[in-house]
Amino acid sequence: MQPIIRVQDLSKLYYLGRSAAAYSTFREVVMDVARLPLRYLRRGEEPTSIWALKDVSFEIETGDVVGIIGRNGAGKSTLLKVLSRITEPTTGRVELYGRVASLLEVGTGFHPELTGRENIFLNGSILGMSRREIAAKFDEIVAFAEVEKFIDTPVKRYSSGMYVRLAFAVAAHLEPEILIVDEVLAVGDAAFQKKCLGRMRDVASAGRTVLFVSHNMAAVSALCTKAMVLWEGQVEYPLGGVEDAVQKYLTQVHKITKTTLAERTDRQGNGKVRIQDFASYDRDGNEVEYIASGQEVNFRVYYSSTQENVEGVTVAIGITSDTGAFVSMLSNQVAGESFQSIGRDGYFTCKIRKLPLAPGSYTASLIIRSNEAITDWIQQAVTIVVEPGDFFGTGRMPPQSHAGVLLEQEWTLNGNSSH
Amino acid sequence: MQSVRLPAEPLVVIQPTKRWSLLSFKDIWAYRELLFFLTWRDVKVRYKQTALGAAWAILQPLFMMIIFTIFFGRLAAVDSAGIPYPVFALAGLVPWTFFSNAITASGNSLVGSANLITKVYFPRLIVPAAAMLAGLVDFVLAFVLLILLMFYYEIVPTIQLLFLPVLVLLTALFSLGVGTWFSALNVKYRDVRFALPFLIQLWLFVSSVILPSSAIPAKWRWLLMLNPMSGIIEGYRSALFGLPFDWPALGIASGLTILTLLYAIYAFGRVERSFADII
Repeated sequence: MQPIIRVQDLSKLYYLGRSAAAYSTFREVVMDVARLPLRYLRRGEEPTSIWALKDVSFEIETGDVVGIIGRNGAGKSTLLKVLSRITEPTTGRVELYGRVASLLEVGTGFHPELTGRENIFLNGSILGMSRREIAAKFDEIVAFAEVEKFIDTPVKRYSSGMYVRLAFAVAAHLEPEILIVDEVLAVGDAAFQKKCLGRMRDVASAGRTVLFVSHNMAAVSALCTKAMVLWEGQVEYPLGGVEDAVQKYLTQVHKITKTTLAERTDRQGNGKVRIQDFASYDRDGNEVEYIASGQEVNFRVYYSSTQENVEGVTVAIGITSDTGAFVSMLSNQVAGESFQSIGRDGYFTCKIRKLPLAPGSYTASLIIRSNEAITDWIQQAVTIVVEPGDFFGTGRMPPQSHAGVLLEQEWTLNGNSSH
Repeated sequence: MQSVRLPAEPLVVIQPTKRWSLLSFKDIWAYRELLFFLTWRDVKVRYKQTALGAAWAILQPLFMMIIFTIFFGRLAAVDSAGIPYPVFALAGLVPWTFFSNAITASGNSLVGSANLITKVYFPRLIVPAAAMLAGLVDFVLAFVLLILLMFYYEIVPTIQLLFLPVLVLLTALFSLGVGTWFSALNVKYRDVRFALPFLIQLWLFVSSVILPSSAIPAKWRWLLMLNPMSGIIEGYRSALFGLPFDWPALGIASGLTILTLLYAIYAFGRVERSFADII
């Protein structure tokens, strides 16, 4: 079968550091020119570059719903941007045999001062619909978004829910042959999300091709028929079965973060006590690759020390969500433990009796201090993948979009009958 | 599942563009509706939340005209080629206001549309073009004021009025050229934002808005010709008031306009590829 998307040896080089600065002012350019002779003396200060994509090749057939999986910085977003023609590849070639619509966010170009009606036309046109097409689908879009009453109100007066619904409704009525979607499903309330997922399935079953980028493994599993794993800009797992790809991704996340921790160079501190490794163990002391909500988890921070006795050692694990928001901080200091004679090497264990984290991917930073002096600090040291687990003992979980942190809870009812 | 028949040739091929690749006019044509919608958005949004609304389009040149009339028409008693000074000044101020607003709006348009540029593909030239086109609505409103003033002073237009559309086109193209070039420059050097208002102030004095070019010593008049706006604005007066056209000045203005536009499109195209990466 002829592919609808053919990607050949696609690479994209980004320059980091100086040239990656958001913009320069004229003064900086003048200064740079003035410093030019000096730069010859200081070799090795060449702007560093990074291959966000390197020799990526794949072919996608009509009707496939392809999940592209990878950590932050794996090149997923760059790939989408190249396919959506937002940024140009450095080398390589892409052939698209169909009309593309890309949804890197919903509501692109929405203007708060314009009414819902006006924004539908504006946004639709930005997404590549013709005026006639928008007019034909107008009623459907409004009904899908459930904003009939407010269609002539400026969207700045919309609630955030209405705004997102309208924005998604426009996007959902695009009818390109190829739809590129970047995690926009993480919007709206559960009911609306369900509607969106349904809509994406409709798109796929109508013989269209969908590219879906996510690090939400559940959404990928639920939606995609094929998947591919990107790793540091390269294809780690070529287009194939979704379950295999997800599995590959999860093991890879674990393996890479584990093997490199001792060798990581992006660390700070005086090095007296160094972090060597990080691992998760279950209740029975078995090392586990994934941890699950509601289960007992033991985090181990392996270390090596230059001295047998180090005073006032504190260890902390800072946990942030996918989006970079702080979720929690584990530390022996707050737990009221202090460590003195730690020996040459060993590990600290932090036990959590019942993991209250919702399923998802988290990042942990590790830090060891001695009397408040940092001996070793690795930011974003490891990725912690939390799988769904029966936290509440009821087999139920809050919707993914509203999960966050799981709290044990009891509910009672005090009802009055009418008198 | 219905089968979709694929074309034999790819609809789109994405690959690194050659350094000298020319702007794809076909692409811009394909996105003409977006150009319309972005222009329409700029027009709709411009005077939202303002008390005076679209009256601003008229007030700007009107007040400038009053001030100029007091200082140059009365106090300095400038020779305005037999035309009452208020109409003379307004005939220059209306296209000038369009030009200065258009280059300000297009110059800042790309940076202001960063959220669009990093999220959706479309020919980027549409952004400064829409910003310029939106200014045409104000231009038309201000022109109504000019016509009223001509009635008041009982100035009867001649057949030369037919040349007006050419002048408007010339103004629009020159604005597009300058605005597009600034918009591309602005992506890399945010100095543009600060330099533009200053530049526009200076530019006003050498654009024959306040004085006719005949007021400049003949020895220096060729310098004025290097500024297309001067020739264009004199052209407006000739067309409106039936004065003789200064063909050499208009010819040079047209030539420079085309050169500016071509250079702007070339410069814009060169940075267009990297907009999304540096904006």
